[in-house]
Formats: sequence, structure tokens, C-alpha cells
Amino acid sequence: MTSTNTKDPNAAVGLEGGTVIAVTRRARLAEFWYYFSQNRGAVIGLYVFLAIVAIALLAPLIAPHSPSLQNRGFFLLPPVWQEGGNWSFLLGTDAVGRDVLSRLIYGARFSLFIGVVVVSVAVSVGILVGLIAGYFRGAVDTVIMRVMDIILAFPSLLLALVLVAILGPGLVNAMIAIALVQQPHYVRLTRAAVMSEKGRDYVTAARVAGAGNIRLMFKTILPNCTAPLIVQAALSFSTAILDAAALGFLGMGAQPPTPEWGTMLAEAREFILRAWWVVTFPGLAILITVLAINLMGDGLRDALDPKLKRS
Amino acid sequence: MSEIVLETRGITRDYHIGGGFFGKGRTINALKGIDLKVEKGKTLAIVGESGCGKSTLARIMTMIDAPTSGELLIDGKPVEIGSKGVDSEMRRKVQIVFQNPYGSLNPRQKIGDVLMEPLIINEKVPVKERRERAMEMLLKVGLQAEHFNRYPHMFSGGQRQRIAIARALMLRPRLLVLDEPVSALDLSVQAQVLNILADLQEEFSLTYVFISHDLSVVRYIADEVMVMYFGEAVEYGTRDAVFSDPQHNYTRTLFAATPRADVDSIRKRLADKAA
Repeated sequence: MTSTNTKDPNAAVGLEGGTVIAVTRRARLAEFWYYFSQNRGAVIGLYVFLAIVAIALLAPLIAPHSPSLQNRGFFLLPPVWQEGGNWSFLLGTDAVGRDVLSRLIYGARFSLFIGVVVVSVAVSVGILVGLIAGYFRGAVDTVIMRVMDIILAFPSLLLALVLVAILGPGLVNAMIAIALVQQPHYVRLTRAAVMSEKGRDYVTAARVAGAGNIRLMFKTILPNCTAPLIVQAALSFSTAILDAAALGFLGMGAQPPTPEWGTMLAEAREFILRAWWVVTFPGLAILITVLAINLMGDGLRDALDPKLKRS
Repeated sequence: MSEIVLETRGITRDYHIGGGFFGKGRTINALKGIDLKVEKGKTLAIVGESGCGKSTLARIMTMIDAPTSGELLIDGKPVEIGSKGVDSEMRRKVQIVFQNPYGSLNPRQKIGDVLMEPLIINEKVPVKERRERAMEMLLKVGLQAEHFNRYPHMFSGGQRQRIAIARALMLRPRLLVLDEPVSALDLSVQAQVLNILADLQEEFSLTYVFISHDLSVVRYIADEVMVMYFGEAVEYGTRDAVFSDPQHNYTRTLFAATPRADVDSIRKRLADKAA
């Protein structure tokens, strides 16, 4: 099964003349990129995502207007290419005369922030709990899984709503609530993956070699369970953005002047027939972001899972 | 005077099954009192049909599972896995090679890391020495230096089994439990792996417990043979004694079921068929 491909990253980090060339971080990165770049969709997704991140970071520099400035006399102005458009408001204005483009640019900050925080909280807690449940089994497992079943038994948005009602409305509380609602999915996924990996011979071999519970859990088993988790994380990034939007719509998430994409959608729904741009552009922004992240997640899985690598 | 590396005294192992909502649980006696002794540098072959307790015994000998009762002595020291954990000094004396070479290597670990992991866990040796020792072992089992940074999925079954053997030997164990190490490989590769095992046994003066259901392999490698049948040792003796004069009914059936491929027996079979 030796590879004849000259780009084979193993050749670069291989051994020559019996001496060991240290596997540097750089070589590993090169290897990762080699497999990642095999998937064109993933690369496009990565570039789009990086562009969105850049836009979010540079929002004050590129936005033509303040996101909360109301321009009197420019209510519901259509985009520039339509009749009645104005070059200083490229994507038009909303019902109170705010520039849609500027609001979208600033909105990228909120949406990405929500996604990142929710996913990282849900993933880290979910993986830890799932790992414990799947590894130790027994009573620990039963207690954890029944609690997760209870959380899953509620309609997720309703539960998030209740949590926000208890914690008080606001973006941070909404994120906590959404993370809590999403985390059982990670627990289940991790537990299932851990249980199937735990019985494999290589785990037993590591135990015979003297590996302790912590090492077996985190170094031997967990890396083999990441593929479904990465895909789930990518998918729930979008769910997080959408849930946050829904909470905003119900008055429990980001509060109205905040240019959050979901809140913008909610605010603009009454103009859907009169002024299509007010609804369409925030929707498109969410769509593009979510699509880019999903494509990227697919490529990540390909690159991180050696079972899928072509040798 | 040879020393006894492995000794078991009346090892039993019960599995409790069920105990569900409706029925009472059953108890299955997987092992019913196994006594055996293996001298240093010798090979004990354990033969038996599927489900007779061979692998259960292997898991007990490698201190993965605790026996229900009985004593396990390694280098004359009793092992008590049930009450307190096994210390690493004891752990490293016994290593195991599994049957399925596709499941026994972590798919995310490069071969070099597979070989170095036992050293990282058990010994405080500098990185450089670790690499050298892993590389040395890799070459010893007949692989190349450039395999060091490859993943397991890039290897064939025979190569993987060599890697598994190399990993088991990294800690310089006294006893190697081989749980059907060649039954998943094709015949020519089986011979290679068996030869490597024989060479390594001589070089490191290893003691083998070789679990198999292939009698021709057993005849080739074993010094002593134990035949197991439903959790009991029905036959236990030197290879020649067992093969030439089987005592138990099951052993005779087992030998009779072995296909023979020498010319005389083929002629005889053809003659019988013609008659």
C-alpha cells in the first residue's frame, strides 16, 4: 500500500537513512492542509467563513454608516440597483431609515459570537459528560442519560424560552439557555461513540500497557470519536444562530436596537411584501454563513479522520 | 534450573447473565478451575473450540479481568487484581497480541507513537532514546524505518500483526499472551509471523502462551499443549505426549478433524473413495 504520490505528506515527515526527523508542528499542519484541500467545497467554505470573520472583526472600518443611526427621509429605501436606490445605502434601508448593509456587517459579530460561545460551551460540557457516561457505564451512566432524556423531552425552543424567562432576557442568558438545550445531543453522540470504541482491542492493549483511566478516556478513545462531533458542532453552529434569532423574535434574546441577524429578520417580517430587501438580506447572510460552516465541517471531518484518508 | 514464569491455581470465572425484569439471572461458568505452569522460554499452546474459555483465560492472565476465584502467579508473585489495582511493575511483565490486527491498533496513532506509548506511560526516558528504541523494535519485527510515521490503515494484516508484536515487546515483558495471533492471516504470512515469534522468543528469552485452534500451528510452535473443552482443561502435557497419545475423547475428535495434506493420506482418501 505504498503511495506513489509525490505530494504524499508522509514522505515529507518520513525517515531517511535511519535517522529520525522530528515531526514538527509545521509538517502536521501541512498534512492536515493536504487532506483538507482535497475537498473543494470545504476550501470555499473556509474562505467564505474567514471573510465573514474578517468582516466581523473590521466592522467599524468597513461599515459605511453606524448600525443604529436613523436616517430621516430614507425610510425603506430600496437597494442601489433598483429604481429609487441611493449609492450611499447599497442594500437599502429599513423601516426606521437604518442602513441594512451596515447592520449586516455589525450583525456578523453577534451571530458569530453566539455561534462560537454556544457551540464551545455545549461541546465541552457535552463531551465531558458523555465521555464519563460512556466510559464508566453503570449507575453513573443511567443517571446522566435519564437527565439528558428529560432535557430532550422538552421542545428545545420552549425549554430555552423557559430558561431565559428564569434567567432574564438578554443575549448572554439566551446563549446559556441554547447551549444547555443543545448539549444533550453531544452527550448522546459522545457516549455512543465511546461505547463502541471502548470494546476495541487497541483500548485493551493500551490498558495492558499500563494506561490509566484518564489517558484511556482522553488520549486513546476520545480522538477516535471526533468525526461525528465535528459535524454535529458545525450543524449546531447554525442551529444556535437560528435559535438565538427565534429568542430575539420573542423578545427574549438580543434586544431590538442590536443589529443581530435574527432580530433583524423578526423586525422586518411585516415588510416582506412591501420591501423584500429588509427581510432577504439578513436571511441570505444567515444562509451563506451556515452553508460555509457546514461545508467546512465536512472537510474538517475528511481531514481529521485517518480512516477516510487515501494512502 | 528453569524458573516458572506463569502459574495458575484453580482459576475460575463466572459470568452472570440477565437478572432482568422477568427472569432470574443465569450464571455461566466460563472457566472451571484451570491449573497450569509455564517455564521461562517455553511455549504453552492452549487449544479448544470457540467459546471454550480460551480468550477468557487470556484476559485473566494479562490482568485485564479478575478471576472469580483461584490464584494467578507471575514470576512467583500472586496477582490480586480484584482488591487493588495492578501496579505497573507487574503490568509490564505480561503483554498481549490480539487476533484481529485491524482492531488492535489505534487508527489515529502513527506507528511510531503506537510503539512509544508504552514507554511514555511506564518509563521516564528522554524522547530521543524512546525513538531509538521504538525504531530498533520496528526493524526487529521486519518493518522498514519509513513506516515509523505512517498510520495503521496503510498496512496489511501481516504488517499490522508485526506492529502489534513490536508494541507488546516494547516493555521487555517476561510473558507474551498470543490470542490467536495468526488465524486472521493467510498462510504464507502466518509462516512469516510465526518465524518472527520464534526468533524473538530466542532473543528475549520470552515465555509464550499461544492460543490457537489451528493444530498444525500448535505442533510447530508449542512445547506444551493444553486442550480446553467447555471451561475445563481436558488434556495437558508436552506436545509429543498430547499429539501421539490423546487421552480425552474431545482431543481425539479434534485431531481426527484436522485436514491432512500429505501424499499418503491423499492417496488413502482417494482409494477409500474409489472403493
